[in-house]
Amino acid sequence: MSVGYQVTSDHQLARLLQIGIVLEEVVEARAYHHHEELDEEELDEEIRDLLSHAAEESAEHRERLERIIDRLDVESVPFEEIEALVEAQYGQTKPEDFDGVLYDQLCNEETAYKFYDDVIEAIEASDAQFTIDREELVATLAAIRDEEAEGVEKVTQIMEERE
Amino acid sequence: MNTADQYVKAIYLLQEMENGPAATGALADMMDVSPASANEMIGKLESRGLAEHEKYKGVTLTDEGIIRARDALQTYCIIERFLSNVLDVEEFRAEARELEPVIDDMIAGRLDTIVDRNSECPDCFDPETDACQYLDVCGAEAETETEAAD
Repeated sequence: MSVGYQVTSDHQLARLLQIGIVLEEVVEARAYHHHEELDEEELDEEIRDLLSHAAEESAEHRERLERIIDRLDVESVPFEEIEALVEAQYGQTKPEDFDGVLYDQLCNEETAYKFYDDVIEAIEASDAQFTIDREELVATLAAIRDEEAEGVEKVTQIMEERE
Repeated sequence: MNTADQYVKAIYLLQEMENGPAATGALADMMDVSPASANEMIGKLESRGLAEHEKYKGVTLTDEGIIRARDALQTYCIIERFLSNVLDVEEFRAEARELEPVIDDMIAGRLDTIVDRNSECPDCFDPETDACQYLDVCGAEAETETEAAD
């Protein structure tokens, strides 16, 4: 991220959170499709648990972000359309094996972690007053970021065990 | 996208428009900074081997600088396309400029999976309009349709 980048308005904050929602949609859709489309033999219980946990967690993160946006002084975006778009995109993709699934999950979790970390930094660098309480906002985003960090650790651990 | 990447992208676009070196003043205008700040960054880019500066002529990207600039431009195109096509943002150019510093190539890579980017990208980017020419065509068509409807 560029040094000194600041979030200065409800509008800008909402836009960043919308991007977060799309990233979560992508994680959810990919985890769901990997889970659905790979054979039972290719996905053992550990990976199936990982994918279903990732999908549930992303859905929960998305809802938390949506609740923040609802409280901001901005026009909302119809997320059903975005959901349909992401779904259409991932309905056609299929990873080749569990190595691909794990690598994909790692990229998802790392990207999400980096994104929330950058957004928190940009909020903290700004003096702007948002409609939502700043401390509550940062605490919510930090909690989501920490869960992404746990996800990175979990996937890394599974990858190392399988080397 | 970090600040250095935003500068190499701007130099690349100015070089394309001028068909020659980018003048420091024009670069400062494009980046909305003072000429002194632009000069300082040009010095940093030179020390990193990304650009060469010739007095009274301007700044030119090295081969490595061009690669960095084209990557940065692709990231920028993804942001514009994402805002325009996925979030349906009318002022996608202004918002892309705002968001550019906070969206790095890793995040752009994920957003890219749901936008249909042209295979020519970033050569389809038009520096004059600050947008992908295909996005502009869509916008122009939409405007024409609106005018016709009126």
